[in-house]
Amino acid sequence: MRRPLRLLGPAVVSAGLIGLTACSTGTGPTSSPDTLRIAGPFEVHSLDPAVDGEVFTRLQVAETLVTSDIDGELAPALATDWSSSSDHTEWTFDLVEGATFHDGTPVTPDTVIGALETAAAQEASPLAETPIEALRAQGSSVVVELAAPYLTLPAVLTHYSTAVLAPGSYDDAGRVTSVIGSGPYEVERVQLPASIRTTRFDGWRDAPPAIRNVSFQSVGRAETRALMAASDQADVVFGLEPAGRQRIETTAGVGLESSLQPRTILLKVNAGHPALADVRVRRALSLALDREAMAGAVLREEGLAATQLLPPSLDSWQADLEPLRHDREAARALLAEAGWAPGADGMLHRDGEPLRLDLLTYPDRAELPALATAIQAALADVGVAVDVEVANSSEIPAAQADDSLELALIAKHFALVSDPLIDVAAVFDPDGADWGVMNWRDPAVETAVEALLAGAPEDAAVEHRRAIVGTAQSQLPLIPVAWYRMNAAVSESVEGFVLDPLETSWRITDLRWAS
Amino acid sequence: MSLRIRALGGVLARRGAQSVGVAVLVSVLCFLVVRRLPGDAAYRIAAGRYGYDLVDEKAADAVRAELGLDRPAWQQLGGWLGDLFRLDLGRSLVTSRPVVEEVGYYLLGTLQLAAVALAFATVLGGAAGVLAARRPGGPVDRLATAWVAGVRAVPPFLLGLVLVIVLSAQLGLLPAVGHDSASGIVLPALTLGIGLSGLVARVTRDAVVEVRQSDYVRFAHTKGLAERWVLLRHVVRNAAVVLVPYLGVQAVILVEGVVVVESLFAWQGLGHALVHAVFWRDVPVLQAAALALALLIVTLNTLVDVAGLWLDPRPRRQEARA
Repeated sequence: MRRPLRLLGPAVVSAGLIGLTACSTGTGPTSSPDTLRIAGPFEVHSLDPAVDGEVFTRLQVAETLVTSDIDGELAPALATDWSSSSDHTEWTFDLVEGATFHDGTPVTPDTVIGALETAAAQEASPLAETPIEALRAQGSSVVVELAAPYLTLPAVLTHYSTAVLAPGSYDDAGRVTSVIGSGPYEVERVQLPASIRTTRFDGWRDAPPAIRNVSFQSVGRAETRALMAASDQADVVFGLEPAGRQRIETTAGVGLESSLQPRTILLKVNAGHPALADVRVRRALSLALDREAMAGAVLREEGLAATQLLPPSLDSWQADLEPLRHDREAARALLAEAGWAPGADGMLHRDGEPLRLDLLTYPDRAELPALATAIQAALADVGVAVDVEVANSSEIPAAQADDSLELALIAKHFALVSDPLIDVAAVFDPDGADWGVMNWRDPAVETAVEALLAGAPEDAAVEHRRAIVGTAQSQLPLIPVAWYRMNAAVSESVEGFVLDPLETSWRITDLRWAS
Repeated sequence: MSLRIRALGGVLARRGAQSVGVAVLVSVLCFLVVRRLPGDAAYRIAAGRYGYDLVDEKAADAVRAELGLDRPAWQQLGGWLGDLFRLDLGRSLVTSRPVVEEVGYYLLGTLQLAAVALAFATVLGGAAGVLAARRPGGPVDRLATAWVAGVRAVPPFLLGLVLVIVLSAQLGLLPAVGHDSASGIVLPALTLGIGLSGLVARVTRDAVVEVRQSDYVRFAHTKGLAERWVLLRHVVRNAAVVLVPYLGVQAVILVEGVVVVESLFAWQGLGHALVHAVFWRDVPVLQAAALALALLIVTLNTLVDVAGLWLDPRPRRQEARA
C-alpha cells in the first residue's frame, strides 16, 4: 500500500500548484458580467491617433470631425455641419455644441486645429496629402483654407489619424501620454500593445450607451481567437480564419457576422517591365488565373473571385463590364502572339530569354502567401515561371522606389477614408503609386480622375467612373484576384451588432445585452 | 567557511566583469547585424508604425529624416553607446515609447512565465525522475521513459492547443489568454513546463540512479539510515548538483525561445518583442532586449554557480580537510 501513496505525493503537489495559480485572483475566464469583451488580431503600437489610432476611434473613445455611417456615407461626429466656398478652397466645419473631453475640458475650435495640424504633419496620414494653407477658428467653427480645391476633404476627415484629443493628452514634447477623447467611452486602462479597457463616459453629450464597460484584447493567433469565441471567453471576436469560422458555425450561442470589405486582393504589375509592358502578356496572366478555384480553396468562398477591380460593396463604382474569366488556351494563345514560345523545358522563352517573374507578397494577411503559391502554380501551367517571395509589406514600396518590382500580390483597401475616389485617384497616380499602378498611365483615366476630383455632376461622374474601371479592366495595370470578406463571431448575449465594412467604428453604442 | 566565501567572491567578481563585456559586445553586434539585414530600415520602421495600408515612400522618407537614419553608421553607433554609458536606452523607433519601459514590461512577462514553467517542470519531471530511479527498468521507469519521449515529440504549439481545448474551452477552468489576471499564466506555463518535464525527468532519473550506486549512499544504508532520509539528505541533494545547472540552461531557453507559446496564448514576453524588433528594424528595442537577455544569462549562470556551491557537499569536505 505504501507505493501508490507515494506516487500520489507529486501529483497532489502539481495539482496544488496549478490550483494555487489559478485561484490566486479567483476571476477565471469570465470577468465582470457587465463588460463587453472584444478580441481581435490588431496590436496597438502607439497612443497617438495620428500614428496608430484606429483602435481608439473603433472603441469610440476618440472622435473625428466627420464619420461614416454603415453605408459608407458621411455622417456628423464632432462637426454637425460642413460647407465649402463656391471654389472649394475654403471649408467650414461647425462644431457640435456641448462636447467635452473626458477630463472635463470643452472641445474648442483651437483644440481641433491642434489635432489637425498634428495629423497633417504625419506623412502617413491622408491629411498630409491635402493642400492645407491655413487653419483658423471662427466662432464655434473651424475653417480650413486650401491652396487648391479639394472636394473630398470631409471624407479625409473621417480617417482615424485626424481624431481630436484633449490638450491634456500631450506632454511638453507634444507626445501623447494618455488618450483623452470626447467619445461616449473613456479609457480606463491601457496596456500597450495588447489590452485596453474603457468605461461609459458620464459627460457624453448624447443618450448614454447600454453597455457600461468594454475590454479589448489583442490575440495574435487565429486559432486562439476562435477558441475564445467558442468557449465564451469573448463576446465579439474579429478576424476568424476558415477553420475557425467552421468551428463557430457549429457552436451554439455564437453567431457569425460578415461583410464584404472594400478591399481587393490584386496583382500589382510593373508595366515598365520588358515582358509586362505588353498588354497581351498582362491579359494572358489574368486569363491563366482560375479565380473561383483559388477563392474556394484559400478563402473558402468561390463567390469572392474578383470579376473586376473594385468590389461590389462600392456600388457607385460597379460598371457593367465583361467579367474577368479563366481560359488557359486563350492565355497561351495571347502569349504566343506576344512572341513567347515554349522551350525544351516547357517554359516560355523569347529571344533565348525565359519568361521568369518575381512575385512579392507579405504575410500580414494569412491568405496572401497561400494565394501567391496558387498563382505561381496557375502561371506555371501556361509556361510562366514565377518566384514567390514573402517579405515585409514595406518591401513593396521599397521595390517600387528602386524599380526592381515585377509582380506583387497585395490586399488594397479602396476606402481608407469614406470616399473611394481618394484611393482610386491615388491608385492610378500617373507617376506611379506604392499601392497602385507602376509605370502605367492612361490619358482617359487621368482625365476622368481629374474631372471627378473637381466635382463633376452625377451623370457625368457615372461616365468618368465607368471610364476608369473599364480602362482598368481592358489594360490590366492591376490584375484583380479576389475580394475580401471580413467576419466576426458575436455572442448571442449581445444584440444589435452590425459589422461596419469600413471599420470606422465598432458601434458599441448600438449594442445592448440580450435580455 | 572562508574557502566558501572566497569562492563566492570569485564567482561574483568574474560574472560582474563578464556582464560589462557582454553588454558592450551585444550592443555592437546587434547594431552590426541589423545594418547587414536586407531591406531599407526606414521602410520597415514606417510599416511597423503605420501598418501595411499606409506605408509608402513618403512615410519612409519622413521616418528617415526624423530618425537621422542616413547619418554615417559610426555616428549612430557612437550615439547609442554614449547613451548606454549614461544608462539611457532611448526610445523605440516604432512606438516612440521609452525603451526601458517597453523592454521592462516584456521582460517581466517572460520572467514570470519562465519561473512558473520551471516550477511545473521541476515538480512534474523531478518527481517522475525520482520515482523512476527507485527501480531502474521497472514499470514506473518504463512509464517515465514513455512520458519523456511523448512530451518531447509533441510540439509546444500542439500541446498548447490541446490544453486550451481541454482545460479552457471544454472544462472552462482557465482562461485561454490574458495578461490581466494571474490565472492567465497557468496554460502557457503548463505548456512549457510539460514540454520541459520530460528531459528534467530523464536527467533526474540518471543522476539519482548514479548517486544511489555511490559509496556514500551505500554507506548511509549500511549505517541503518531510513530510506526516506537517505533519499532526502544524500540522493536528492547530490542529484541536484547535476540537475540545477541543467535547469539553468533550460531557463535560458525558456527566456529566449518561447515565441510560439507566447503568441498562442497572447502572452506579452520578450520573444514577441524581439521578433517584432527584428521585423521592424527597431534597433534600440533590439539592443535593449538583447542586452537584457545577455545580462539575464550572466545572472542565471551566477545563480547556478552559487546554488552549486551551496548544494555541493564536496568543498565542505575540502574545508574540513584544510
